[in-house]
Amino acid sequence: MAAKFRSYAQRKWLSSLLVNGILSLICVIWLIPTLGVLITSFRNSEDIFRSGWWTIFPHRQDVETGKIVLDPAVDVNAPIQIEGITATFEELRNGITLADGRKLVWYGNKRTRTIIVSEKKWVGFSANLTLDNYKNTLSGREIRFKDASGNEILRKGNNLGSAFLNSVAVAVPATIIPILIAAFTAYGFAWLNFPGRKTLFILVVALLVVPLQIALVPILRDYTKLDLNGTYLAMWLAHTGFGLPLAIYLLFNYISQLPRELLESAFIDGASNFTIFTRLILPLSVPALASFAIFQFLWVWNDYLVALVILGDKMRVMTVALASIVGEKGQDWHLLTSGAFISMLLPLAVFFSLQRYFVRGMLAGSIKG
Amino acid sequence: MQDYSDREQNAKGGVLTWVATNLGRILVSLFVPVVTFLILWQGFIFLRDSNAPQIVIVLVAILWGVGGVALLFLVSNWLVEQLPAVWTRRLQPFVFIGPGIAILTWYLAVPVVRTLLLSFQNELSTAWVGMDNYIFALSDRVMLEAFRNNLLWMVVGTSLSVGLGLLIAVLADRSRFEALYKAVIFMPMAISFVGAGVIWKFVYTYKGEGAGIQEIGLLNAIVLALGGQSQPWLQIPPWNNFLLIIIMVWLQTGYAMVIISSAIKGVPAELLEAARIDGASEIEAFFNITVPYIQGTLITVTTTIVIFSLKLFDIVRVMTGGNNGTNVIANEFYLQSFTYNHAGRASAIAVILLIAALPVIVYNLRQFQERKAF
Repeated sequence: MAAKFRSYAQRKWLSSLLVNGILSLICVIWLIPTLGVLITSFRNSEDIFRSGWWTIFPHRQDVETGKIVLDPAVDVNAPIQIEGITATFEELRNGITLADGRKLVWYGNKRTRTIIVSEKKWVGFSANLTLDNYKNTLSGREIRFKDASGNEILRKGNNLGSAFLNSVAVAVPATIIPILIAAFTAYGFAWLNFPGRKTLFILVVALLVVPLQIALVPILRDYTKLDLNGTYLAMWLAHTGFGLPLAIYLLFNYISQLPRELLESAFIDGASNFTIFTRLILPLSVPALASFAIFQFLWVWNDYLVALVILGDKMRVMTVALASIVGEKGQDWHLLTSGAFISMLLPLAVFFSLQRYFVRGMLAGSIKG
Repeated sequence: MQDYSDREQNAKGGVLTWVATNLGRILVSLFVPVVTFLILWQGFIFLRDSNAPQIVIVLVAILWGVGGVALLFLVSNWLVEQLPAVWTRRLQPFVFIGPGIAILTWYLAVPVVRTLLLSFQNELSTAWVGMDNYIFALSDRVMLEAFRNNLLWMVVGTSLSVGLGLLIAVLADRSRFEALYKAVIFMPMAISFVGAGVIWKFVYTYKGEGAGIQEIGLLNAIVLALGGQSQPWLQIPPWNNFLLIIIMVWLQTGYAMVIISSAIKGVPAELLEAARIDGASEIEAFFNITVPYIQGTLITVTTTIVIFSLKLFDIVRVMTGGNNGTNVIANEFYLQSFTYNHAGRASAIAVILLIAALPVIVYNLRQFQERKAF
């Protein structure tokens, strides 16, 4: 009996080890790419291109310890006697490791007559990290330099600070407005009776699957006629329009399942629909509202296509600014990485602050749904 | 209850009441959106042309927009409540649903119809060209490649995201560190596709061979450390597609995991306990109880990710621009409409996207009927 218990405990311990092992492995794989960019964002631009980001960790690497220049009398076409071994030029080109661990490599072509001696050593203890990338990215500092013919060239920095503000101005109302409108609509569909209710609702659900690409061209034409291109309003309305079907669908699921008795007793007390909605429905729906808020916020913040088409290049949001760093100046990876991290900060903060509601909200929807 | 009295009124009032009621409903539906729009619009023209510091403009804009919408709901409701009780009852539902329906009509329903019309017209939408644009879209070599790639994205990307999401959700359910694991897996969702592009460039990048050159891409560094040759990964078709799909899996697994995980929490513990007592192994219990129980959620998650991969644009645009055999439909649509300025072809491609999504609409509506949500 005791033996059986012990084996049960052992099995449980083993399975927990297995579960946590697999999950930790997946999580490490998930984190490595991000970690690489985090580290890169603190390195200076030369280092980024000279070596991989993992070299900031202590590791063993060939380090040059000296040079041997061959005597002009030595014939480089014949096997060469050096450091106690004999080797041809080709062998030296490929590198030879000596018995004591040193490595000999011929530098360049035959005429250089130079052999570089290197040793494997531990390096990477003095990581060369800097905050300059973040400073430069945020300030959008202007860079002046002289070209070959002596003309002074002024290059405007990529102003991510301004793009961040633009993103906030787009994302906050583009999250709140659709939720507000969707909550009203969902309440109307769930609790008010009017002719054509079902048909209208089915149409709304069908619109879920319309790709937003289909709407971009006509909307752009309307905006041009109304002189709306390049305004925040144009972005809010577009994101509201594209986000509404999902918002209405999710909120309808939630609001239609609130206990009927609660609303009926409020009606009997003489409350109007509007009062019931603002005093009862909205507070009760906080989990569902918060869960949709996360999705919509993440979506709007990370949107690239709508912002590119409607706001264009003059009024950049974070994603467009980041993409333009990639596109225009393929070499500015030090700015790109710090920019990418700045753009992640706010969504991550929103995610962590609403995470509690998020899981609970989804839970309520899916169990009953 | 209201529906009943409404019908009664209609029967008594006859045609005139019917016309007046519907006119009122349409007016109410349009009131909030149109008035809001006009006020916000003027405000924005003003804001756009002003020279105030950006931070001030941003704050004013946020208050202006959110406050405006909330206020107009309040005002239109107040107006309707001033009417006689019968009219309030008839019109009030449209105070609630009107704005939503109006915006949906403008932004989604009308564009569907207009895109359909444009797709039968020429480059500048000046003449009808019949099926020409569709013939192009369904026969052009670039388009066929895009279709093949989208199919890859849909099948491989979706199954990997949902599969991994399910695996992680099930395993995390049995771990003490569930919240931590879930947060890590969900994190990429908070990252934009452009940011993700940056992150993955540091994995796939290639510098080439030469004296003293060190690879700075992780994948090449690993391959070199294992004694292989470094490769320009994103330029080798068709494998580069799979490398791009990995990025989508990395981004979307968190979404699948969170939703599936909450469904798993809803599986009654007694059911699983009973199965275990009957001698079912953990794996049998999973497939015979958990999976059927969360089937609805699995369908929802799969549907969303299929639609997502059909509309996928950003990853390809940022990583390869659609070159080297990695083009997808949405990217081709973007090129046709904004780079080549061919409205007809672009619209035809968009319509094809919609048609490709049709089976998903039908399937979902049927699910919806079965669940009797009304």
